Amino acid sequence: MARLESAQAPLSVCAPNPASAIPATTATPRHSTLVRVTHWITTLCFFALLISGFEIVISHPRFYWGETGNVLTTPLFQLPIPASRNLVQTGYNYVLPDQNGWSRSLHFQTAWIAVLTGLLYLISGVFTGHFRKDLLPHKSHLSWRAFSTTIASHLRFARPSEAEAWSYNLLQRLSYLFVIFVLFPLVIWSGLAMSLAFVSAFPATVTLLGGQQSARTIHFFVSLALLLFVIVHVVMICVSGFRNRMRAMITGRTAAPREHP
Amino acid sequence: MTDLSRRKLLVTGLAATAGVAGLGVAARLAQKYGLVPPDHGGIYGLGETLTYATQRLLTKHSLAREFRRDQISKRPLANEMPPLSDAFKRLQSGGFADWRLTVDGLVDRPGSFSLDQLKSYPYRSQITQLACEEGWSYIAEWIGTPLSHVLDLAGIQPQARYIVYFSIDPDWWESIDMADALHPQTFLAYGMNGGDLPVGNGGPLRLRLPRQIGYKSVKFVTHMTVTDDLKKFGKGLGSAEPEAGYAWYAGI
Repeated sequence: MARLESAQAPLSVCAPNPASAIPATTATPRHSTLVRVTHWITTLCFFALLISGFEIVISHPRFYWGETGNVLTTPLFQLPIPASRNLVQTGYNYVLPDQNGWSRSLHFQTAWIAVLTGLLYLISGVFTGHFRKDLLPHKSHLSWRAFSTTIASHLRFARPSEAEAWSYNLLQRLSYLFVIFVLFPLVIWSGLAMSLAFVSAFPATVTLLGGQQSARTIHFFVSLALLLFVIVHVVMICVSGFRNRMRAMITGRTAAPREHP
Repeated sequence: MTDLSRRKLLVTGLAATAGVAGLGVAARLAQKYGLVPPDHGGIYGLGETLTYATQRLLTKHSLAREFRRDQISKRPLANEMPPLSDAFKRLQSGGFADWRLTVDGLVDRPGSFSLDQLKSYPYRSQITQLACEEGWSYIAEWIGTPLSHVLDLAGIQPQARYIVYFSIDPDWWESIDMADALHPQTFLAYGMNGGDLPVGNGGPLRLRLPRQIGYKSVKFVTHMTVTDDLKKFGKGLGSAEPEAGYAWYAGI
């Protein structure tokens, strides 16, 4: 892939990117249809899981380590928020409306959709070479100099070069790989480890995590890590040109010119 | 239209048709093998069905995890519940001597059992976890008669598909399929940690279902009906919980 260094557009956060006025002429999409479709299904799933997961947590905003935990045992920590059930003493004089029924159903149904979408993405990513070509760090990334340059440009919130609009930089590759191959598997695993029926068939899923309440605590922290990723991801999209990046992920087209070899 | 886009259209059309036909076949097979929960309608029906069908296939004979004696929670949490009815208090003041469990429906020998009768049958104990859908849990030793023993005594008929069970609290009734009903860890529990089952934990008689969330383990069980059709009960969703927005199947 040829690298094209064009004049740097002025940095704007979440504002229309002047470069997006350039008509996209290239036929090769920036992101394949499958990546785009699975990306947006996953996005919807993430927010459905976040909201329903939060609703489930507020019915008992205490976390424990080990097999068991309840209001008679010492928690690892308690979130300083009101609860939707009166079993937990929160220090607030009111109890939030109980939303656990639909939240649990939405959470599990969305988990199914997210896992099946993830599987589709994973299998196709292996066959199309998406992971190898787009996500595994490139040889040119693997020098100390390249690494420090990427870090420095991130710290300066520098707008990425046009070449970067066509491929991921090292930090992107590493964080996407971390989310796809560490956080997603861990959040699915810790979620299943809370299922009484699932662990009856596969007890190691919960014992390896240190118990059912440990699994719940891990699930909570991995969800927080995923939330942090989404926040940073959206901030980076804004920094690097919101409209253009959104267009690339929705239509596949990008305004960044690309020289065909 | 170019050849390429025509071929693409054809392939997409065929794939869509195959997909819809596949779903239709899957739905009929699932119905035939009892993999569709009674609350499969509504916007969460897909998720409920996928979870129930998958877990039923994976866990038909698996045993709930059992724990060591030293893992038993020091104080088994007796969570809050609605005030006990006068009928319950009357039975309680008599030491539950008049507590009866009636069994009817698709059985050869409908009848009722006293606590003493239940206690005279072979008993089993299990050290298992009770997990509430809120997120808390405790481990206790549960002592009781396997439900399958009582069902054998009553003589379930071959067309039986579900057991519906009722608490003395009229708002709490549940149902389970035969895989759960005949499961060796499904107990009519009357004891806990070496003593009688405390009222706060569901005494004198609780249906104990350790592979599902706590609300399926109905406290103060007085009545049980064997049936082939859950539509006859309540709003036809299988139990009281789906009527309140909760899932009928609670293995997760």
